[in-house]
Amino acid sequence: MATFTLKINGGQQEVDVDPNTPMLWVLRDHLKLVGTKYGCGIAQCGACTVHLGDSAVRSCQLPVSAVGEQKITTIEGLSENGDHPVQKAWLEIDVPQCGYCQAGQIMTASAFLKRNPNPSDTEIESAMNGNICRCGTYTRIKKAIKIASGTANN
Amino acid sequence: MAKIRTQMGRRAFIRNTSLASGGLVLGFSILNACKPKDAQKMAVREMPKEWFEINAYLKIGDNGLVTIMAPNPEFGQGVITSMPMIVAEELDIAWEDVLVEQANFDQEDYGWQFTGGSQGIHRRWEGLRMAGATAKQMLKEAAAQTWQVPISEITVSAGVLSHTASKKTARYAEMASKAAQLEVPKEVSLKAVTDFTIIGHSKKSVENLKIVTGKPLFGVDYQYKDALVAMVVHPPAFGLQLKSFDGSSIKSMPGIVDVFKIKTLEDSFTRGYFDTNAFTDLIAVVGKTTWEVMNAKKELKAEWEPIAESRFKMDRFGTQMDVDVPSGLESSEDHYAKMEEMATRSGTTARKDGDAEAVFKTAAKTIERSYSCPFLAHNCMEPMNFFAHVTQEGAKLAGPLQAPVLTAPTVAARLGMPVEKIAIELTRMGGGFGRRAYGHYAIEAALISREAKAPIKLVYTREDDMSCGIYRPSYHATYRAALDENNNLVAFHVKAGGIPETPLFANRFPAGAVDNYLAQQWEINSNITIGAFRAPRSNFMAGVEQAFLDEVAEAAGKDPIDFRLELLQRAKDNPVGKNNEYDPERLAGVLKLVREKSNWAKTPSGTHRGVSAYFCHDSYAAHVVDVVMDGNTPKVESVVCAIDCGIVVNPDAASNMAEGAIVDGVGNAMYGALTFKDGRPEQTNFDTYKMIRQSEAPKNIEIHFVKNEIDPTGLGEPPFPPVFGALANALYKATGKRHYQQPFAVDKPLVG
Repeated sequence: MATFTLKINGGQQEVDVDPNTPMLWVLRDHLKLVGTKYGCGIAQCGACTVHLGDSAVRSCQLPVSAVGEQKITTIEGLSENGDHPVQKAWLEIDVPQCGYCQAGQIMTASAFLKRNPNPSDTEIESAMNGNICRCGTYTRIKKAIKIASGTANN
Repeated sequence: MAKIRTQMGRRAFIRNTSLASGGLVLGFSILNACKPKDAQKMAVREMPKEWFEINAYLKIGDNGLVTIMAPNPEFGQGVITSMPMIVAEELDIAWEDVLVEQANFDQEDYGWQFTGGSQGIHRRWEGLRMAGATAKQMLKEAAAQTWQVPISEITVSAGVLSHTASKKTARYAEMASKAAQLEVPKEVSLKAVTDFTIIGHSKKSVENLKIVTGKPLFGVDYQYKDALVAMVVHPPAFGLQLKSFDGSSIKSMPGIVDVFKIKTLEDSFTRGYFDTNAFTDLIAVVGKTTWEVMNAKKELKAEWEPIAESRFKMDRFGTQMDVDVPSGLESSEDHYAKMEEMATRSGTTARKDGDAEAVFKTAAKTIERSYSCPFLAHNCMEPMNFFAHVTQEGAKLAGPLQAPVLTAPTVAARLGMPVEKIAIELTRMGGGFGRRAYGHYAIEAALISREAKAPIKLVYTREDDMSCGIYRPSYHATYRAALDENNNLVAFHVKAGGIPETPLFANRFPAGAVDNYLAQQWEINSNITIGAFRAPRSNFMAGVEQAFLDEVAEAAGKDPIDFRLELLQRAKDNPVGKNNEYDPERLAGVLKLVREKSNWAKTPSGTHRGVSAYFCHDSYAAHVVDVVMDGNTPKVESVVCAIDCGIVVNPDAASNMAEGAIVDGVGNAMYGALTFKDGRPEQTNFDTYKMIRQSEAPKNIEIHFVKNEIDPTGLGEPPFPPVFGALANALYKATGKRHYQQPFAVDKPLVG
């Protein structure tokens, strides 16, 4: 066990955990930030995606000891009122079915749009290919990303 | 407008007492019912100080807000929005004034709380309308009495009661207290379909804001003070059972509280149809955090031994039967060999019209093809999980369940408690697809809590989830068709079977359209457990039948849509046999609509098209799939779909669900497979079980609904099964190769 001070969603949080504990479980079990989801535990489905600095990472593969000073943003901290352009686009298009994978989809999409504000369809497909949606909301995810990219440009 | 008798005597409709319970509705629900800008507006509106409960489905606040209960569990099909829409329609309230609450398990109030079989809206249509209409009638009666005017002169619009002659108006809130004291009317009027202002007018899901902001919604998010985390260890292969284990080897690991064995079903227990369970002896590991329990579980030392052949009793909705469980470690290779062997035998005849065998002997042309598919895992994104706190007083459970009404009695029996002592809170489900109708994990959670004497949350890892059974079965079908010299279909023979169940529907198309028709089936028993998977059996039969008909049409030199329409015309004008399940006109209707909307006659250059149509769950769906070649890789460019499911309650949400079904169909047709080697599932996570991903999804999907005034039928399942056929037919056009074995893309490299 070791103590870590983490910069999460604009605040600081202290946790006392095994250094190998993946951030996914630190968030869910210790900090009760359950918006970040467990789907596979092996970085194949993207449900656990969070931002480490500006990058989308799989929190199931990120040991708490590797975070250091870097800022972590989870779905709960993406915006204050659910009004990030990506979240707004998701609401406008009515993207979710069951909704379980959507936090991961939104976190991947928002990091991607920051890096590439005007993506092509192919770029969207490639960026989002690591996030599985079992309900099959892919066409709406793509549509919402296009809307969010438009919003970001206006 | 139609008069309908209310169902008297049910508690749900006679609880006409006022209820002062402003605290019942949680503050956050106010944000759920509407679009963000409305939510902002409403957030400043105060919650009612008093609620008047008119019946189990709705209560009216003293400030005009109405809470409507969503009775069925939600797994992404949208009933948490569409069911309250139906109540709101007949109540005549503005949707902006509606708050929605998920009902918990309460059979007395909400009856058949079951999400499955595409039956939700179908079964609840009348009851939900009645709940709204009854409340409206009581509010009108309250106004009539207050104003001393005849009730027939009172009109209602968006929650406002009016009496034109006396120029009196009142909001529902003002009459709710009085209305709640009135007798429930014996008869109420329902609106005419043409008067609907909410039904048929798209509303966004009431839970979207919570979803996109990561609020706790799902079973796995359930929080309870001092709850421990539990996991179970089951045998690594079907055909094995627990022999012994050494709990002491992991008890000293960090965070581990207890390790013990549970037995989820007693051997003598008469199981219900949804009590499916291959592994009743499990090792439970209980600890403080998920990560610690996960680590300990990996280190646990256990020995397994082969099962002996056994038998258990089952009560299949009133039919008592014995179910045999064979011993042995099964492999997919053997499964296919056995199925092919069975397909050479005659099978059991399920339907026979005319004399197909005789006609085959003299036919101008005969075509015979065989098809097969593997087992599939449901792979809900949220793995199985359940919260339980069992004490001597009762059991408090919470989690994702499609069929609480079926799980609760088994939990009660296993705990030795009356079912009244089992409280189940229904959380949103991270997918279901049939899987969560089998509530073994709720029973496991309850037993672990009782043994650990603590509140616990049972969580499955992805590997646990994928390897514990309840799969879509592996199936096989052989089709034969005979054409006469004029290329008319004169005989049709289907012989289908599977492990361990037959997928045959003997009375569906083309039954009824062919003079000489023979349907036969067979089954091979197995110890691998199976369960309902989105459109059970149809999810195989639709695809292969529609692929076969495509070949028959080709052999007959006919356009595949014209060929089907000719057969459907025959089934309509002069049907063969009496038990045909489908309405040929409606099946033809979706084919005609998809032909028009896809511009079937004009295939875009470089595009390869396939068509299919199927009836299941009382609804009709047809697809045109367009495939383009990207180098040597076929890709689904677009899908145009036509559906006839009667009245569509929430059109955008319905389209969304159909889109999902199409993506699901393309994904499972191309990639879905769970295979076995010596009883072990060979795929246990998404690195080896290929799921469809963003780049493989159709680029465009269009959904068109047939407009009619028929009471709603199923929608979650019907658009799924025919996708397999339309895709197979399009792939043939694109590559010249027919696909007889699912999945189609066996050599597709995995994407990670």
